[in-house]
Amino acid sequence: MRHLVSVLVQDHPGVLQRVAGLIARRGFNIESLAVGRTHQEGLSRISLVVSGDDAVLEQVEKQLNRLIEVIKVTDHAEPHVERELALVKVSIAGMEERMEVKDIAEAFRARIVDVAKRSIIFELTGDSTKVNNFIEAMRPYGLLEVMRTGAVGMSRGEQVLKVREKKAV
Amino acid sequence: MNGAKAILKALEMQGVEIIFGHPGGTIMPTYDALYDSPIRHVLVRHEQGGIHAATGYARASGRVGVVMATSGPGALNLVTGLQDALMDSTPVVAITGNVPQHLIGTDAFQEADVVGITQPVTKHNMQVRNVNDIPRAIAEAFYIASTGRPGPVLLDFPKDVQLAEFTGSFDVEIDLPGYKPTYKGHPRQIERALEALNRAERPVLMIGGGAQHASAEVTELALKTGLPVIPTLMGLGAFPGTHPQCLGMPGMHGSVAANRAIQYADTILAIGLRFDDRVTGKISRFAPNAHTVIHVDIDPAEIGKLVKTSIPVVGDAKWVAAELVKGAKRLNLGKWWAQLEEWKTKYPFTWKPKPYLQSQEVIQAFWEATGGRAVVTAGVGQHQMFTAQFFKFDRPRTWINSGGLGTMGVGLPFAIGAALARPDELVIDFDGDGSFQMTLQELATLKKLNLNVKIVILNNGFLGMVRQWQDLFHARRYSEVYLADSNPDFAKLAEAYGIPGFTLTDKGRLQETVKEVLAQPGPVLLEARVHHEEGVFPMIPSGGAAEDMIIENPREAVAGD
Repeated sequence: MRHLVSVLVQDHPGVLQRVAGLIARRGFNIESLAVGRTHQEGLSRISLVVSGDDAVLEQVEKQLNRLIEVIKVTDHAEPHVERELALVKVSIAGMEERMEVKDIAEAFRARIVDVAKRSIIFELTGDSTKVNNFIEAMRPYGLLEVMRTGAVGMSRGEQVLKVREKKAV
Repeated sequence: MNGAKAILKALEMQGVEIIFGHPGGTIMPTYDALYDSPIRHVLVRHEQGGIHAATGYARASGRVGVVMATSGPGALNLVTGLQDALMDSTPVVAITGNVPQHLIGTDAFQEADVVGITQPVTKHNMQVRNVNDIPRAIAEAFYIASTGRPGPVLLDFPKDVQLAEFTGSFDVEIDLPGYKPTYKGHPRQIERALEALNRAERPVLMIGGGAQHASAEVTELALKTGLPVIPTLMGLGAFPGTHPQCLGMPGMHGSVAANRAIQYADTILAIGLRFDDRVTGKISRFAPNAHTVIHVDIDPAEIGKLVKTSIPVVGDAKWVAAELVKGAKRLNLGKWWAQLEEWKTKYPFTWKPKPYLQSQEVIQAFWEATGGRAVVTAGVGQHQMFTAQFFKFDRPRTWINSGGLGTMGVGLPFAIGAALARPDELVIDFDGDGSFQMTLQELATLKKLNLNVKIVILNNGFLGMVRQWQDLFHARRYSEVYLADSNPDFAKLAEAYGIPGFTLTDKGRLQETVKEVLAQPGPVLLEARVHHEEGVFPMIPSGGAAEDMIIENPREAVAGD
């Protein structure tokens, strides 16, 4: 089963290596990993897509929590927003094909960000299933390059990932 | 004041009294500052000896062990010891030098990515890049190493940081928003645990290394409830080994009573242990009748990792055990105990006496001669298992061995660290001829410190445990385990270092030799030449379960001995 996990971390040198290293050495399967800064200074946020049963997911969360620089881990089991951005370069043989791929792109609400004589780059945002479907739809025309950011996610509503209040040890 | 002096001052503020270490190029500023420091430095002969000694010190005292090394090869020699301390949850702080920051990443002389390399083998590590961060980094390192589930922390100091002028403050606050260990177990889970115990017909109390500091509380719990106690290899001594309620250790070379008790138990209360595969055997067949597993551990990641847990209690063993004592009642376990007594009586740890000298009797003789009043270390292998079986540990922090990693060669440096931590105690290192040769250079350290350490090498001329597996599972094809043709004369080797050396070959001289060794002040080495055919039994083959236990040596059964 696929799980989207968000991890709030201290933005220290090597923290990404720590998270990635832990996942590799514990033998967890990850589909993607995306990282970026947050609005708060010193804090970054990582989105992981992990596959495995509930026991695996529990271990992923617990093991991540053992890292000193990991502040909070959440599995987005609750209603959440998931998005991934992809750049897809499709090869274009002729005018007819050009029209076809444009139609498909429109159906997916993909934007054209680069047009050349023999290729088009599309920019697409959506959940990973949508990105997968778009790529499959373009495959018959000839995929030249695909770059995906990996899924990022956020809980809907008021639930937020934040630094826990200090409590006495 | 420069960074190096600030490092030592910060260490002093943490109450550090001893540093084990070895100098070298990039840590020289700190060694220079050490020249004027009240902190005692123990010069080891190899950094691996240093980290194992720091680990032995920590395990014997409950305090943080400190080791110091230079960059590159010095720091990399700590790797095995860091993983050893990590797996056996030992608080150690390692201080390493590194090349100056302007050279980092240029393949400079004695440069290595020590923070990268040691990341998986430490609880936490970091490079301190700003001289004024030194006090906070050191305070956090000690806090992380010694709290929650203890473990090793490495701090890497580039040389320019050690040399820079320190203008910061030593009045620092620890701010670790991602690190908040839970000490107090959840009251509802503790209540559920007590209810489960009261309902149980065949309960057992298993205790591990995480119960060493909670020895008084778990002992009280056992005495109040009448629970049978099964200390794991790491838990030995946390409950008195000679007490009638102690069933001995479980697992691969555990007692029949302990393994059968787990096999038939309906309820397991496990405190401060992590269900290592050497304890459980094949996990799917572990404790098949236990409908209730209560797991108390300070590390939430250990709960449910391997064994399905019905009542998880995240918390400190000491705190949780004390709470359990408050609510515990005397349990009515008459029928269960009758069964346990039968197994205990029928299958004690034992050996068949032979005409030649045997490891088991050597260990037993030392146990009897000392009345068990000793801190004991071991290397890894048959001698380690024999010691765990035949030296009955009655006090916590008196059995220091490498449980999780199984690091050969820890015996001597562990003993040095333990002797420094507890100068009033006799320390015995039961070692193997294979294990001992992995770190024997520390004989020099031992001689220099003149510590009360008795090294007992149980020399069977082989890598005995590997040989035992080859004997049982590899059709007696003894591939690369023979040492006797090139072993040194161990007594002479000791003498070369100025340490009195004894050799024992004759079974008849065992008792007097033990007396002689113990009567000698300071360090002594005894080589006991034992027979190579001895095996460690009982044994649950790797990947097996309690019911697959081989109780007696099958070779002896075949020989009709």
